[in-house]
Formats: sequence, structure tokens, C-alpha cells
Amino acid sequence: MIRQRWWKILSFLLLLYTCIYGFYVKVPRLDDRMQESIRNFFFHVPMWFGMMILLFVSVWYSVKYLRNPTIQNDANAAAFAATGTVFGMLGLFTGAIWANYQWGSPWSGDPKQNGAAIAMLIYLAYFVLRGSITDDVKKARIGAVYNVFAFFMLFPTLWILPRLTESLHPGGQGSEGNPGINGKDMDTHMRTVFYPAVLGWTLLGVWISTIKTRYTLLAYKKLMHE
Amino acid sequence: MNKLKIIALLLLNSFLCIIVKAQEKGGEGLMRSNGKIFVVMAVVVTILIGLFIYLATVDRKITKLEQEK
Repeated sequence: MIRQRWWKILSFLLLLYTCIYGFYVKVPRLDDRMQESIRNFFFHVPMWFGMMILLFVSVWYSVKYLRNPTIQNDANAAAFAATGTVFGMLGLFTGAIWANYQWGSPWSGDPKQNGAAIAMLIYLAYFVLRGSITDDVKKARIGAVYNVFAFFMLFPTLWILPRLTESLHPGGQGSEGNPGINGKDMDTHMRTVFYPAVLGWTLLGVWISTIKTRYTLLAYKKLMHE
Repeated sequence: MNKLKIIALLLLNSFLCIIVKAQEKGGEGLMRSNGKIFVVMAVVVTILIGLFIYLATVDRKITKLEQEK
């Protein structure tokens, strides 16, 4: 499955579709405060969806490692966490660009911005932790335990705390539900681009992660041969 | 094999340029409509294609290394 080609091609086709039709598709005008910048929905929001999925796969492998300690499980957990963190960083940066023109400044201390930044710092600490332990078995085991903690910190920082206070993000009044899938934020035209975009970006992240895992395993094998 | 692909891409690119040029002869072409937003689309698509070609090359290189062992 991982070595097969079809899902890599699917990812390419979905993203090509997103990047072409995403500019053509008719978007709701509303009161014209978003203008064309609403199209960022096809690029900025899938970063967060992709990040959640990639980090979930990472914690899945970490739990798998704790049950069955193999180098493959550890390499997969680290690779998916790295790609997920990169996606999150891209989400933060693209969000800052969008916010600069929509909310007036790149960082306005919005609860969701702060929460995302804290989540990213928690994940960065995961790599610092891994990097600071030289013993491979210890590194993998402590990393796996920390990864479980880090994943469950995502929920309060990204999903719960931002909804308890006023936020500039959609869904910020506390009772509007999920800002990404909320019926009020997207019409059917936008959905035909948004969901393929989420799948496409996520598959791209999976592809990058598998390449990273394969590289780690190759480097490990080479080390064993020497 | 790789050279063939590069040539094919160049041909495709020139073909697209011709289409765009042909459309622009009639005054306001697609690329200049809507505040030139489609220029941005062309840039994004080019980056996307470039990224995927690069990723596919890295993938192939790693597969080759894995088969050596």
C-alpha cells in the first residue's frame, strides 16, 4: 500500500484540481468583507486538517511502539510528527498572512492563534527531547510517551480553549460549532474544492512522511552494517 | 528517460504559452481578467508541479537505495 503509486498520483491530481478550480470556483460574496481572500480556505485550513491527521498517525505509531518496540514504529512516529509540525507551522504562517489583511495585523493574540502556537511549541519540545537523548532505545521510548502527551494537549489548545472565549476565527462566539465544517461558512461550491483539498494535502503529507521514514531506516541499516 | 520528461514539459509549457497568447490577442485575455488572479494560479500550479516532480525523484532515489541492499 505504502509503496504503491496510485495514491501519490491521486494526491497530485487532487492538488492540481484544488489549485486550478480553487481560483475559478464561485465563492459567496456575503457582505464583501472577505472578497477573494475566502479562497484561502482551500489552502490555509487544509494545513490544520492535514496536521491533525498526520499527528494522529504519529501518536498511533507511538502507541504501537510502546506495545511492540521496533525501529519501524519509532521511525514512523517521528516522521509523521515532523511532517505534521511542518504543516502546523505553514498553517500559522499562512494564517498570519491572511490575518494581516483581514484582521489588520499578523498576530492579534486571537485565542486560536495562541493555542496553535502553544501546540507547535509542545511538538517542537518533542524534537528537542528526542535530539537530547543519545541512547536509541531510551530516545524512542521516552519520545513515544511524550508524543502521547503532546497529542492530547492538541485538543485543549486547538479545539476547546479557543471556543470558550471570543475569537476572530469563525466559530468564535462559543456556540457556533466546528469552524471548518460549519454549514454557515461554506456553500456547496466551496465544498467541492475544500474536501478534495484536505485529502490532497493530507496525502502529500503522508508521502513526505513515508519518504522520511524510509530514509531513517536506510540510515539505520547502513549503521548496522558498519 | 529524464531528458525526455524535461523536453515533454518544455513542450507543454510552450504550448500553454501559445494558448494564453492566442487568447490575449482579443484584448482582455483570461490571464488579465479578474485583476490578473489567474497569473497567481499559474504560479501556484507551476510550484505544485515542480514540488511533485522533486518529491517523485527523491522517492525513486530512495527506492533504488533500498533495492541495493
